[in-house]
Amino acid sequence: MTHRDATRLSLFLLLAPLVLWIGLLIVLPHLGIGYLSLREKVAPRVYEFGFGNYLAFLREPIYWNTLLRTAVMSVLVTGLALVIGFPIAYYIAKVAGRRGRASLFLLCLIPLWVSDLVRAFGWIVLLRETGVISGLLQWAGIAGGPVEMLYSDATVVVGLVYTVILFMIVPIVSTLDGMDNSLIEAGYNLGGSRWTVLRRIVIPYAMPGIVAGCIIVFMLTAGSYLTPILLGGKNSMWFTEQIYDQFITRYNWESGSTFGILLLAFTSFVVWAGLRLSGQSLATTVAKG
Amino acid sequence: MTNDLECERLTKRFGPFTAVDGVSFEIPRGSFFSILGPSGCGKTTLMRMIAGFEQPASGDIRIKGRSVLGLAPNKRNVKMVFQHLALFPMMNVGENIAYGLRCAGIGRAEIETRVRDVLVRIGLPDVAGKQIAQLSGGQKQRIAIARCMVLEPDVLLLDEPLGALDLKLRERMKIELKLLQHQFATTFVYITHDQSEALVMSDRVAVMNAGRFEQIGSPQELYHAPASAFVAGFVGDSNRWAGRVLGQDGDGVRVDIGAGLSVTAAGSAAAGSVVDIFVRPEAIALAADAAPGANRLDGTVDSLLFNGAASRVLVRLADGQLVEVSHVPDGRDGGLQQGAPVTLSWSPAQTRCFAQGA
Amino acid sequence: MNVAAPQTKLAKGLYRAYVLLFFVYLAAPLVAACAFAFNDSTFAALPWKGFTLDWFFGDTEPKLGLFHDRRLLSGLRVSGLVGLSVALLSVAVGTTNAFLFERHDFPFKRTLYIMAVIPLVIPGVILGISILVFASMLANGADAAFGLDLDFLRPGLLLVILGQFSFLTTITTLVIGARLRKFDVALEEAALNLGAGRLRVLRTITLPFLAPAMIAAGLVAFLVSFENFNTTLMLIGSDSTLTITMYDRIAKLGSTPVLNAVSFVLIIGSGALALISILIQRDKAESGH
Repeated sequence: MTHRDATRLSLFLLLAPLVLWIGLLIVLPHLGIGYLSLREKVAPRVYEFGFGNYLAFLREPIYWNTLLRTAVMSVLVTGLALVIGFPIAYYIAKVAGRRGRASLFLLCLIPLWVSDLVRAFGWIVLLRETGVISGLLQWAGIAGGPVEMLYSDATVVVGLVYTVILFMIVPIVSTLDGMDNSLIEAGYNLGGSRWTVLRRIVIPYAMPGIVAGCIIVFMLTAGSYLTPILLGGKNSMWFTEQIYDQFITRYNWESGSTFGILLLAFTSFVVWAGLRLSGQSLATTVAKG
Repeated sequence: MTNDLECERLTKRFGPFTAVDGVSFEIPRGSFFSILGPSGCGKTTLMRMIAGFEQPASGDIRIKGRSVLGLAPNKRNVKMVFQHLALFPMMNVGENIAYGLRCAGIGRAEIETRVRDVLVRIGLPDVAGKQIAQLSGGQKQRIAIARCMVLEPDVLLLDEPLGALDLKLRERMKIELKLLQHQFATTFVYITHDQSEALVMSDRVAVMNAGRFEQIGSPQELYHAPASAFVAGFVGDSNRWAGRVLGQDGDGVRVDIGAGLSVTAAGSAAAGSVVDIFVRPEAIALAADAAPGANRLDGTVDSLLFNGAASRVLVRLADGQLVEVSHVPDGRDGGLQQGAPVTLSWSPAQTRCFAQGA
Repeated sequence: MNVAAPQTKLAKGLYRAYVLLFFVYLAAPLVAACAFAFNDSTFAALPWKGFTLDWFFGDTEPKLGLFHDRRLLSGLRVSGLVGLSVALLSVAVGTTNAFLFERHDFPFKRTLYIMAVIPLVIPGVILGISILVFASMLANGADAAFGLDLDFLRPGLLLVILGQFSFLTTITTLVIGARLRKFDVALEEAALNLGAGRLRVLRTITLPFLAPAMIAAGLVAFLVSFENFNTTLMLIGSDSTLTITMYDRIAKLGSTPVLNAVSFVLIIGSGALALISILIQRDKAESGH
């Protein structure tokens, strides 16, 4: 075999797993739910094509209310995660000494791998009326009886921020890590104030990390299931819950697929808009590893 | 006499750019051959073609008389020391050296013997168990060479291996490489942009520029009898003037170098043509009395550059040009002061003249 | 808040306090979940009734410990099995993808690269439903056209493995690709020059260099697979993973502190594996590679 033929063969062999993976597990399945979402049930065992499922979604206030609510709260959580997390990321990347930085980063990475479930469970243990915080409040005399802190929007937000904040911090730390300190020092040397340097030097430099963090956090929040359900209770009104409901409880796969497509379209739109507005692309942010 | 390596009209193109343009040369057995040229002249491409990592567009490469064009890079008996040495970091010294032997399927006992022998030959008998990161720069060089030599190649290619070393170590390694080459009695082909490396170590040197060999010869020939303006300017230091030929003058040409000054150069050229003049700093004397027929120029001392044995005096001519003259200070206050008038003189035989663009 | 400008002692102190508070916030639920694993009480709540290991090793109702609870142990086994399979598969395909993108040029390379990264921005629930729908379509089609009963395409462990594989491969591709990019091709050329065949070069030079990244990627894939819920819930059949079993207990069947014991094991386990994966990568990176 000549050298060129060998390269050709190895190219095809390497392309095969990629194409199979993307084709069979991503592209075709998504076409599948797209197809299913367009199938309407007009009579038992009789199906037609049309946008009926989508119309049903729009006609039922509870459905699009839930989507809207999910969207708004996801944006809120993303914003909070950014505001709370950026100073932490900055501290780790720039302020802490070398050994401090390594151990702090480690402390951040370890909870990252703990399951959503364990995290939500921990919050339940802390916040339910027989939980730790309630007990502490009673013991300190602040509360007269058991305090139920679960099942409220605030709790869900706190829980969601907790779940996703590390995914905001890690990309920002990675980006800031590559930043040469002399850029910041030059900013001061040329007369900038702390706020100016932050706004005009640090944040623009960290933008790819910030955008990557926001995208990942938004996706995780909107697609989250356990945290809203466990911390918010039956009326948490999170859109993923609707999808599960349609598929598992009602066995209405057509409707479920429709909701899935809507969630996907919505989150993709927000991601695309975010990338556009900040002038980045998938390759420069998320794919930077 | 047989040639270990012969190249015949080798050409390589990358798109519209010709990197190597019809290069031919022969290297006799057991010699140290250097290819000297500036960055981008094509010497690395030439070496990669010999090793088999690039295919020439046309031409032939023969090792010990047999063409190797069709052979894959892992089948040719030319071994290469890479620019950054490419020692395998995941293996220790012994395993690095044994790598080629294992690929050849040689038995374990014999591998051990050969590795031990080659380590003794390069003067590092105890390092077989060490990790690469534990070695010094000079030691890594020798290990890289040993890794190739243990395979007893026909030709050893060295791609600017001394670049990463500091000055003192580089000077020492030049001598060591020369000695190693004698010891192994293998043909070394050495590419570099540093002319002092090429001059010190080589039996013959080829000066390469823009894909072509401008001159092939011994270091002395290149230094004292450069064949083109490029070689004259690249090898060693020279004072350089542009001028117009006034006419023949005995067995030299009279050249006007501007501002009313003129010098006599060896050789001949058409009257009126534009030429470049080269004179080495050590050929110029700071003496008022000079042999008849010598070139003379008046000037004033501009600055004294002390550099031990390589000290220079910068002399400013009437028209503002600076001339470098070798002048080793003898410890006393030499008599040379800034601003003092001096007369420069040198013989026409030491004056090279090339048509401009040559 | 930066490397150069001097700060007041107060500002520095406040910043430090903020960082400290953050890490307390980070640790609180995890500590709460773990602590009650050792509480000698049938409720994971205060007051503290004494230290016990019964929730791990107890073998009589109502204090059935983790290691005697058959359902939980079975879940543990299933999670481990799935995790191992997914890790092996995704590292293998991640490696071929890394070589494909780093070493070859081909038409549509950029598009394919973006498609390979996209699974990271698709919510897990959507990955789950899409594969469920597609597999069902294939199974139904095979049944209708050929009368084949393709059981493996029905919800079950194979679908779970494929569902997790679909997005974990993106992560392994990025991690291994990043390492491959740092590889000095001169090493491969030197090996060829010394007489090695191409396969030998791969085996003795390139893959040993990639090994730390491959191992780290495998550990990450195992961890993420182990704790995965959203995608798994849609594709699970009769065998449950640990997270699904635990969720059933929390949300529906009622829980004893044995779940705290599970949390403890999960936290310690994922923390240890995460630590190892980080240390492996850092170790090799520092030894002058």
